[in-house]
Amino acid sequence: MKALKVKMKSDKNLRSNLITFGMVIGVYIIMQVLLAAGVVSSLVRGLLVPLCTYAILAVSLNLTVGILGELSLGHAGFMCIGAFTSAFFSKCMQEAIPIAALRFTIAILIGALCAGLMGLLIGIPVLRLKGDYLAIVTLAFGEIAKNVINMLYIGVDEAGLHFSTKSSLELNLSENGTVIIQGAQGITGTPNDSSFTVGIVLLLITLFVILNLIHSRDGRAIMAIRDNTIAAESIGIPITKYKLMAFSVSAAFAGMAGVLYAHNLSTLSATPKNFGYNMSIMILVFVVLGGIGNIRGSVIAAVVLTLLPELLRGLNDYRMLIYAVVLIAMMLFNWAPACIQWREKMVYRLKSRKKLTKEAE
Amino acid sequence: MSFLQYLISGLSLGSVYALIALGYTMVYGIAKMLNFAHGDVIMIGAFTTYTICSALGLPPAAGVLAAVVLCTLLGVCIEKVAYKPLRKAASPLAVLITAIGVSYLLQNVALLIFGTNTKAFTSVVSVNAVRLADGQLTITGETIVTIVSCIVIMAGLMIFIRKTKAGQAMLAVSEDKGAAQLMGINVNGTIALTFAIGSALAAVAGVLLCSAYPSLNPYTGSMPGIKAFVAAVFGGIGSIPGAFIGGILLGIIEIFAKAYISSQMADAIVFAILIVILLIKPTGILGRNIQEKV
Repeated sequence: MKALKVKMKSDKNLRSNLITFGMVIGVYIIMQVLLAAGVVSSLVRGLLVPLCTYAILAVSLNLTVGILGELSLGHAGFMCIGAFTSAFFSKCMQEAIPIAALRFTIAILIGALCAGLMGLLIGIPVLRLKGDYLAIVTLAFGEIAKNVINMLYIGVDEAGLHFSTKSSLELNLSENGTVIIQGAQGITGTPNDSSFTVGIVLLLITLFVILNLIHSRDGRAIMAIRDNTIAAESIGIPITKYKLMAFSVSAAFAGMAGVLYAHNLSTLSATPKNFGYNMSIMILVFVVLGGIGNIRGSVIAAVVLTLLPELLRGLNDYRMLIYAVVLIAMMLFNWAPACIQWREKMVYRLKSRKKLTKEAE
Repeated sequence: MSFLQYLISGLSLGSVYALIALGYTMVYGIAKMLNFAHGDVIMIGAFTTYTICSALGLPPAAGVLAAVVLCTLLGVCIEKVAYKPLRKAASPLAVLITAIGVSYLLQNVALLIFGTNTKAFTSVVSVNAVRLADGQLTITGETIVTIVSCIVIMAGLMIFIRKTKAGQAMLAVSEDKGAAQLMGINVNGTIALTFAIGSALAAVAGVLLCSAYPSLNPYTGSMPGIKAFVAAVFGGIGSIPGAFIGGILLGIIEIFAKAYISSQMADAIVFAILIVILLIKPTGILGRNIQEKV
């Protein structure tokens, strides 16, 4: 009997996961048909890869915010690290590895690995903190990452790599040398390897890993830590291990999204707009609107909130304003005790009305 | 001489941080929440003064007064609309995310009204600069006014908290909300008062900040806001002298980092300090240790 119950529960999870995957694949097929039919405007076509990037970012942030229950405001920082390390690799290896698919696969692995490692490094000291402190430290980390990349100059010639923090002239390159990272100007000429198909595949991988993590033993341990840290510790769950696991996995996938982002642009530079605080907030808005802890919701919210302001051009000025209002309204509606009470009352009334009409029949 | 000059600009910037940090620390002590929107209240205060003084041509005193009044009202409104309903929410993240939303809202409202262009803020200070040591050392009027007003405000605040009933009520609420309510203290009123005082200080800080660094745009407040939070943590969050010491130290560190290490890396250094403090002494210089209860 007990085994049956467990099986039923895992079936339910499986069905929920399959709906999520099916949704993504369905959208992909529809988009491919529409693309083949040539009815998609260039505006939407240009949005396809960013959509996948944002969806991956939202899903990975949801692991930290929704499942681990800690607020990270430095998600764009991890994305930035993934983007720059992978773009650096691709630029260096453009001649050495001519096969684009192989090079891009390695680039993705490098980007995800570097961001994940950074997550681990940052996580070890920082995850001792919680709540407000963690939020502000992750925010600080994101700003530091952006600042450091903005002043970094790296060039390559026969003698190997050259580093500088001042200018590209101080690299002392030989005549054949090329500058790869040019401080605030960033990296130019990254191979354009990202495509909608790659984006969807990466999104599916992200969903697969994160959904399976959530429904595994480890995932339940992470959620136990979220719900009551002290109780979780008292039944022998290693807090640090699981916190680090969730945080670094989340960072790694943010890095992967960064790889996708970097290889979709020819010029990559760390501006406040793409890797700054605002980007982290935007991802947070996706997570909050989609439902904290709801992975499928994050994907839907990322897609809707990216497409809506682009399609309604007139709204573009008010885009950020709408995000802000959405954030406040969703939090009040979902979490304010008075609001929860009111919602329960409404649901109860609707139910009793249904009952009455049934009885009348 | 240049060392002394940097020290003085550090003190000036630090005084502004201290004023902002006072608001953070008071709100954190009472409402146990990080008011992310505090930095943007600074920006609103500076824009109010800018509108009144530069656009309408009224005297600076009127501008400062209007900024203080508007920011006080704004602070109380934000508390009533956005934070109060979530005070008993099950998740501690709820109020934090709402605060981020409010910060974002204020920035974007300012963006729609004033546009992205940076405005040149006319200083409201009319004190003459003091030259020392044969003109090698200059102390600007803004610096003098900033440091003096910071000290006066902090002293006033400490007297207010020690000597008045409302101040004592604040201490009681930050100690234990439930017990304070049983003693007949109006908890909601006290929290609203704290937000009002914090926001009024933010308005003053905004005007002083923009007088010393006369460029004003909708994002002006966010960085100093975050740095002032670092200052509050540095000094020990919840402690008023702590906020003062933390603010001054942070200002000096930032100016020295800009002068002697790298101007680009100054922000990164300030944030690195935050991480180091939180690892070594999470309660800050003057903070008290709080034990977690089951």
